[in-house]
This record gives sequence, structure tokens and C-alpha cells, in this order.
Amino acid sequence: MTVASMTSALLRVTNLTKRYNGFTAVNGVSFEVKPGEVVSLLGPNGAGKTTTIQMLLTLVAPTSGEIEIFGKSLVEHREELLSMMNFSAPYSLLPYNLTPREALAVFSMLYGVRDYRQRARVLLEEFDLEELADRKIGKLSSGEQMRLGVAKAFVNSPRLLLLDEPTASLDPPTARQLRAKVLELIGKTGGGVLWTSHNMREVETVSNRIVFLSRGRVMADDTPQNLKKRFGQDDLEEIFITIAREPLREPV
Amino acid sequence: MNRLHVLGIFYRNIVLIRRSVPKLFGLFGFVTVALFLWGFITLWVQTIAETDVSVDFVLLILSAFVFWSLFDLSQRSFGVSFLEEVWSRNVINLFASPVKLGEMVLGFVLVGIVQALLAFFYITSLAFLLYTLNVWDLGLYMIPLFVNILIFGWALGVVTIGLVVRFGPSADILAFFIPFMLLPFSAVYYPISIFPPLLQRITFILPTRHMFEGMRTVITEGVFPLSNVFWASILNVVCVILAFLFLYWMLRQARVKGYLSRLVQD
Repeated sequence: MTVASMTSALLRVTNLTKRYNGFTAVNGVSFEVKPGEVVSLLGPNGAGKTTTIQMLLTLVAPTSGEIEIFGKSLVEHREELLSMMNFSAPYSLLPYNLTPREALAVFSMLYGVRDYRQRARVLLEEFDLEELADRKIGKLSSGEQMRLGVAKAFVNSPRLLLLDEPTASLDPPTARQLRAKVLELIGKTGGGVLWTSHNMREVETVSNRIVFLSRGRVMADDTPQNLKKRFGQDDLEEIFITIAREPLREPV
Repeated sequence: MNRLHVLGIFYRNIVLIRRSVPKLFGLFGFVTVALFLWGFITLWVQTIAETDVSVDFVLLILSAFVFWSLFDLSQRSFGVSFLEEVWSRNVINLFASPVKLGEMVLGFVLVGIVQALLAFFYITSLAFLLYTLNVWDLGLYMIPLFVNILIFGWALGVVTIGLVVRFGPSADILAFFIPFMLLPFSAVYYPISIFPPLLQRITFILPTRHMFEGMRTVITEGVFPLSNVFWASILNVVCVILAFLFLYWMLRQARVKGYLSRLVQD
């Protein structure tokens, strides 16, 4: 992965807030993802990571704040922007009654890829899914389905990728392979990734920057190295626990 | 036998029914609607018996059944196409894709057309084989009614999608219940003259009432039911517009209140 450049952000989130009946799930969150950057969004359960990602996917409407992708407002250019980004999340499976080949072809069509059969073939090969290509998705293991979900996230060669725990169900060697593949493919497009994970080693491996959320607020936004210096810890997991335990501390 | 095991199964299901408006609706709604339906059918049969009017029951009832099946199928195929995405937990992928709502609906309409045509040819062939009922004998007059039936089915399909978006996967029962709810009030198997005067006025807003009245006019008088086709078409246009407004409103609410993500969690 290339070092983040100083060019304008692929994703700019400004004062993003989401309230549900008096409960604030996301509270004035701001961060950026620049071209070539992998930004990890970390936080304990209920910190607001999934709500933030769902707002970026237009599944949830923000109460206030701005989301700009490629310099354009997501509200005003929804379809255009969604066609240039993609996502993978464990709570959003691909249709169990299709085969991986069919599902990748269908999603290539939904993302406007004209040569959808060829695109499906390429992705099956890239993600080592050829042997499973004509099996029903419902019969694949959760790890295989997850790998397929990440393959689906590349149907449109996105310039912005949102990955919500993309390696959660994978064994360590497969997770490593998948991480390498994601970084390789996104590197080709010069795009950026917003990545969530509870695997701190993974976060440290892939991230240029880490945004720590707690109780809906950004508690820290820095490189892994700087965060370690600031918190006086060698281990990201210790920083995670410190921030999660002290949610009302002022942001760093 | 362990009483607690039985109680556990009982409790789990009671909680499910108690918390789900659509399930409660299904519990009491079906029987209520069936009561209306059979009540009106009985009234009609009684009227005919008293007036001694010769009626071709087979033709009327079977033709009504064929056309009602078509309506039921067009609504259900539409609703189930969307439910299929919910059941397979793929719905988030769709709503987070660049696919516009209108494009999604149009895709479902195309699926609906294919399914409706297949089902129509199947059911009319079966009716011919079993009862020598040839719906094609009714002529080209039936085509506008046929088209209106499909369109109203799709409009209700759009409403079904809106309800599933609002109430979650547990509202799937509505996909099957909504057409049934309209059945007694659409005068499918009997003329509207059976209804009390107030109900006759109220049911005027149902496109299906005009379609089935029109169907009976074609069968019994052999003339084109201009008035019925006119009102069915006008009301259909209104229903399609209202159905889309309803879906947009439900979707907007779902985005504000976070119901979309709940579609894969319920």
C-alpha cells in the first residue's frame, strides 16, 4: 500500500451525528480517507462503527453532518457515488440460492459492469473461488461466504472500499491471503479503504491511520505508531482497552 | 414428558405472536375475511334461489377464479421477489448498491410479467382440460381487464414491499394476506348488488370491483364494459401513484429510524 498522499480526500466525514429517540449512536464524528490510505475504524461494541458505515452506504440517514465522497455530497449524488464504491459486511450475505459465479455476475450488473460474466470469472480466480464457483452459496462455509463477500466488493473495481470485519470468520492463513489480495487490488485503483476489525494485529498490519470510536465519538485519530507513542503502549490492544474503559475522556 | 420443555416451546411462540402486528393480523384477519366472503357468497346463492334466475355458475365462478388467481399471483410474485432478498439476507446489498428504487421495482415487474403469463397459460389450460372452460372465448374484451388486474396486483406488491421495509421480515404474511383481504369486497364471485348500499359506495374505490363487474358483463351480456374499464383504469393510476408514494415514505422512514439494517436481523 502506498503512503497516503496529500491529495483531496476520497471520503470526508464532517460532524456526522445519528440520534434515535434520544439515544445518540454517532456523535459529531469527523474523519477522512485519502487515496492510497487504509483507515481502520475501531471501537468497542456499540461505539457507532456499524452505524457510521451504514450511513456511508445510505442505509441510515444521518441526523446531521456531511458525508463527501470524491468531493461530492453523498445525499445529492447517491447513485453515482455508490457505483464507485463498494462494501463487505458479515451481516449482509449474498443470496444463498445462487452460485458464486451467478452472484458475482448479478452484482457486476447491479454495479453497471457491462462484461459481467468476464468480471465474475476474474474475481473467482483472484479470490481463489473457482472450485466453489458452481456450488450454491448456502452450502459454502461461513469463511468461504465471507471471502465471496469480499470478492463481490470488487465487482466494480471500487475507489473506496468499506470493509466491516472482512476476516472475522477466516482462519489465519486465509485471512492473511485475503488481506494481501484486498491491498493489492485496491492499490491498483489508487483507492482507499475504511476497515473495521477486532483483530488488533490485523489493524496494525493494514492501517495507515486508526480512528478510535467510543460511545459514538472519535477518541483518537492517528497513525498506529503515533498512537503507541501517545498512549505509551507497545500494543494496540492495550490502547483499545484503555479507550474503551474511559469513554468520556476528551478526544486525543 | 417434561412440562417445562412444552412450556418453553409454547412461551417462545406466544412471545413471537404477541410482539408481531402482522402475525396478530394473520391470526384474526384470515378468519374475518373468510367470514365476509362466504357470507356474501351465501347471500348471492340465496338471492338466485329465490328469484329463479338462470345463471351459468360454472362459467362465472371459474372465470372469476382464473382472473382472481392472476391478480393474486401478480401481487404475490412481486412481494415474494422482494421477500426473497430479505429471506436470503441480501437486501442490504441491494439498498447499498447504485440501483434506484424505480429500477428495482421495474425488475420485479418484469419477473411478475413472466410469472403471470406462465401461470395464466397454465391455469387457463387446466380449466379447459378439467371443465372445458375456454377463457379465450370471452374475446379481446377481456384484455383491458387482464392488464388492469396485473397493474393493480403490482401496485399492491409495491405496498407490500413498503410494509416489509417498515415492519421487517415478520410482515411476510402480508404478502399473502393483502389480496385475500380485498377478495370479499371486490365482488369477485358475486355481483355488487349483494352488498349493502353503504358498502357498494365504499367499494367503488377498489379497482378490482370494477374489473370483476366488467368480467361478469362480458360473460353475461357479451358487451365491452366501458364504464368498468374506465373506472378500473383511473383508480389503478391513482393506486400506482399512491403505492409508490407509500413505498418512498416507508423507505425514508426506514433510513431515518434504522429499519433497513433490521431487515437482516429480525
